[in-house]
Amino acid sequence: MNSQWETVIGLEIHAQLATQSKIFSGASTAYGAEPNTQACAVDLGLPGVLPVLNEEAVHMAVIFGMAIEAHIAPYSVFARKNYFYPDLPKGYQISQMELPIVGVGHLDIDVDGVTKRIGITRAHLEEDAGKSLHANFHGLTGIDLNRAGTPLLEIVSEPDMRSAKEAVAYMRKLHELVRYLGICDGNMQEGSFRCDANVSVRPKGQKEFGIRAEIKNINSFKFVEKAINHEIERQIELIESGGTVVQETRLYDADKDETRSMRSKEEANDYRYFPDPDLLPVLIDEVFKAQIKAQLPELPQAKKQRFKADYNLDDESATILTSSRQLADYFETVVKESGSEARICANWITGDLLAALNKADLDISGSPVSHERLAGLLKRISDDTISGKIGKQVFEELWQGTATADEIIEAKGLKQITDTGAIEAIIDKIIADNPGQVEQYRSGKDKVFGFFVGQVMKEMQGKANPGEVNKMLKDKLK
Amino acid sequence: MYNKTITELAQGLRSGEFSSVELTAAFLDRIKQHSGLNAYISVTEDLALQQAKAADARLANGDAELLTGIPIAQKDIFCTEGVKTTCGSLMLDNFIAPYNATVVEKFNHAGAVMLGKLNMDEFAMGSSNETSYYGAVKNPWNTNTVPGGSSGGTAAAVAARLAVCATGTDTGGSIRQPAALCGITGLKPTYGRVSRYGMIAYASSLDQGGPMTRSAEDAAIMLQTMAGFDDKDSTSVDTPVPDYSAGLNNRLDGLKIGLPKEFFGEGLNSEVAATLETAIDEYRKLGATVTEISMPTLKLAIPAYYVIAPAECSANLSRFDGVRFGYRCENPADLSDLYTRSRGEGFGKEVKRRILMGTYALSAGYYDAYYIKAQKIRRLISEDFKKALSEVDVIMGPVTPSTAFGIGEKIGNPIEMYLSDIYTIAINLAGVPAMSIPAGFAQGLPVGLQIIGNYFAEDRLLNIAHQYQQVTDWHQQAPAGF
Repeated sequence: MNSQWETVIGLEIHAQLATQSKIFSGASTAYGAEPNTQACAVDLGLPGVLPVLNEEAVHMAVIFGMAIEAHIAPYSVFARKNYFYPDLPKGYQISQMELPIVGVGHLDIDVDGVTKRIGITRAHLEEDAGKSLHANFHGLTGIDLNRAGTPLLEIVSEPDMRSAKEAVAYMRKLHELVRYLGICDGNMQEGSFRCDANVSVRPKGQKEFGIRAEIKNINSFKFVEKAINHEIERQIELIESGGTVVQETRLYDADKDETRSMRSKEEANDYRYFPDPDLLPVLIDEVFKAQIKAQLPELPQAKKQRFKADYNLDDESATILTSSRQLADYFETVVKESGSEARICANWITGDLLAALNKADLDISGSPVSHERLAGLLKRISDDTISGKIGKQVFEELWQGTATADEIIEAKGLKQITDTGAIEAIIDKIIADNPGQVEQYRSGKDKVFGFFVGQVMKEMQGKANPGEVNKMLKDKLK
Repeated sequence: MYNKTITELAQGLRSGEFSSVELTAAFLDRIKQHSGLNAYISVTEDLALQQAKAADARLANGDAELLTGIPIAQKDIFCTEGVKTTCGSLMLDNFIAPYNATVVEKFNHAGAVMLGKLNMDEFAMGSSNETSYYGAVKNPWNTNTVPGGSSGGTAAAVAARLAVCATGTDTGGSIRQPAALCGITGLKPTYGRVSRYGMIAYASSLDQGGPMTRSAEDAAIMLQTMAGFDDKDSTSVDTPVPDYSAGLNNRLDGLKIGLPKEFFGEGLNSEVAATLETAIDEYRKLGATVTEISMPTLKLAIPAYYVIAPAECSANLSRFDGVRFGYRCENPADLSDLYTRSRGEGFGKEVKRRILMGTYALSAGYYDAYYIKAQKIRRLISEDFKKALSEVDVIMGPVTPSTAFGIGEKIGNPIEMYLSDIYTIAINLAGVPAMSIPAGFAQGLPVGLQIIGNYFAEDRLLNIAHQYQQVTDWHQQAPAGF
C-alpha cells in the first residue's frame, strides 16, 4: 500500500443479544421460523400497541459495558429514529441517541505482537427491523417480521484503527468477548454479529481526518478485511487522480469484491430522533451494577494471563485455549480430571482435538470427545499405561465411538509393556538379527539408534514403554 | 330508564324491573331513532345483545358487578377485538382490531354491554368532531352546533341518552371540552392512571382515557373500572387505585379553591364568565374559600402543545403506511407511490397538517428551537401547577371560552379552532387530572366548569364535583327531544 497515506477506520458492530424474547414484546427471538410466525401485535406495529422493555436486554448491555470498563449511564433514554421502510413496521426504529446506556470504554487488540487499545465511543440498545424478501414474489416484495424487535447492541468504536488488519483484530476480539459474556451467540451467517465500517484516508502526518465512506453490510471477518482494503485503495486512487472522496454510504458486494455507492450524504435521511414517549428512561443504580459485577465472568485477557501463569503455557496455546469460554472451560476440566501436566493437556487439545474438530467443522461444544473421555485418555498416558503414540490410536477410537479410553485399551490390548524381561528378550533378538547396524552404531553412527527403537516398538506393537526401551537399548549396545 | 344513574340501573337489573337484554334493546332503539346525531360510527347490535344475555346470566348467578349489564359505548379510538376500529379515519375504515384495548378488556370483565363505537375527530385531532371521516356529530342541545371534540360522539351520545355512559380520551381537552359543550360530566385522569394499551396513539405523552358520564357519581364508578396499572403500558403508574365512590359525600368545608387570573381574562365569553361565577358562589356556600392565583406560564401552553403533540403524532402515525393494514391506494406504481398515495388519500386535512407540523418541528436544525424549547415550557407549566396546587386544593376555571359554536364556523380557521382548547391544554402538559361538570347555560347552551386537582387526586375531584351536583341540577337536564 502507498506509504504516503494513512488509513483511519472506525467500526459499528451490531451484536444481537441472546435474550429469549424480543426487546419490546414477548415474542420469541428464535431464528429460522416460518415467516411472520414470531411477530406479535407489538412487533407488527398494530394501532394502539405499546412497547415494554425487556429487562434482560438491559442486563446484557450493562454486562458488556462493564467488560469494556465503560461508563454505565445511570439515566439513559430510548429515542425514535424515523424513516419509512416496508420491513420497519412502526415507521420508526426504537433506538438510543443522546443518552446511550453504555458510554466510553475500550478494548485491547494484539496485532503482530503489539497490543493496541481501541476506544469504544458508546454502545446502545435498539430493536432490529424485519426482512424484505425479493425472491419468489414475482416482482413484488415479501415482508418477514420475525426479526422485527430483536434486541441489538450497537457498539461504536473510535476511529482508532489504522489498517484492515487492526479492524479485523478488533472485530474478532469483540466477537470473542460477546460470546464470552454469553450475551450474543456470534452467529455471523444468521446475522447475529454484523459490521459497518467507516473508512477514510489522509496524508501521513495530517491531523484532520479525511472524508469517510461508510461501508455497510459486511458480515464475515474475511469480507471486512477485503472490503476495507478495497475501499482504501479506491479512495487513494481517487485522490491521487485528482478526485475527492464524498461522504456516502457504500455497500460491499462480496461476489465482485467491490464497494458501490448506496446513497450520498445529501440523500441521507433526517431521522428526526426524539425521546420515545412510550418508554420511561432506564435508571441504573449502584446496587444493580454491583449485582452484575458479581456475575461477570473472567474475561478473555485475564484468563489468558492466568493460563500462562498457572499452567505454564506459551502465548500461542493460551491464546487458542482462551479464544472461547467453552474451550477454556474444557481445557481446565480436562486438566483437573486427568491430573495430567497442563502442557500435555494443552497440546492434545490444541493439536489432535482441534484438528479433528476443524476437519469435521465442529466447535468444542459439539465435540464427540467429551472432556471426561479425553481426560480418561490423558490419565492413561501420564500414568504410563500407554504411550503417547498409542494414545493417538486411542483418540481415533474415542472420536469414532462412545467407549472410554480404558475400555478401548482393554479391548484392544494396548496396555504398555513395562515388564523389563519381555522387553529385554525382544532387544536381544533384534541385536542378534541385525549385526550390521550394531556395528554401525558402535562405530559412532548414533542415528542408527532410532532404527533399533523402531524395530523393538514394531515387534512389541508399540506397547513397550519407550523410556524403558531407550534405557535398555543403550545398555545393551554399549 | 334513560335518565337513571348507573347505581339505579344496577338496582333495576337486580330487582328484576328490567333485564339487561331489555335495557340494551331500548338503548339500541334510541340509537336508531336518533341516528341523525351521527354519534356512532358502528353500532354493534348483535354483540351488545349477546353481552346483555351473558350479563343477565351473571346477574341471575349473583356474581355480577356494578357495571354488569349496563349499556355503555366506546370511543372508536379503543381497539375492540373483532370489531371495526376506525379512529374516525378512512385510513382505518377497513380495520378490524385483532385484540382488545386494556380499557375494553376491563369493561368486558366487569360485564358491561358495548352498544357500539363512537364518532370522533380523525385520530383525535380536532375540537369540533368535524374532522371525522364519518362526518360531523351534532350537538343534541342545538343540532346546528358542534358537540366539541375530539370525543364529540361520546359527548353527544351521553347527553342524548344514547348510552348510559361512555369512554373518551383527552390529549389537549378532548374529554373536557365536548363534555362542557354537551352539558355532561367528563374526567381526564392523571397521566398514567388509565392504561393506553390499545388506545390508538395521537400524542403519547399527553393521551389519557377517561369516563364521560351524566354525573360525578357515575364517573366514579366508570373510573373504578378503567384505572389501574397495566404491565402492557410502561407509562401507566403502579400506584393503588382508591375507592372513588367512598369519598363522594365528604363535606367541602375549608376547601381551598384557586382561580387563575389568566383563566378569566380576555377571550372568555362574558355570559360564560358570569355562569362560572355563579357556580363558584355555590362552592362558597358549600364551605369553600376562593382565592385568585396567578399561573403566568399558562399562556405558553398552546404553542408548546402544538409542537409536542404534532411531533409525537408525526411518528405515531407513521405506521399507517398501506403495507400491513388499513387503507392502501389503488395500483401503486412503486414503494414511494404506495406510501405517498396511501397516506395522502387515507388521512384527512387536519391529520396531515399536524403530521407536517410535527415533522418540521423535529427536523435537523429546528429540533432545538421547537421541540426542546417546548419541552422546557412544559416543565415550567408543570412547576406552575405544582406550586399552585401546594397553595390551594383545586384550581377552577372555564373549560371553553364560549359555548358550542356552529358546525362549519371554525373548521376553515385552524388557529381559531386551536384556541377553543386554551383552558384545557396546559392540564395535559402538566399531566394533572381535571374534570368538566355542567355549571349552567349561556345563550341556551351548556357551560362547563373545570376543576383541576393534584396528581392522582381523582377521588378529591369526584367528591368536589359530586357535592356540587347535590345542590344543583344542571347535570340532570336533558336536551329537548331527548
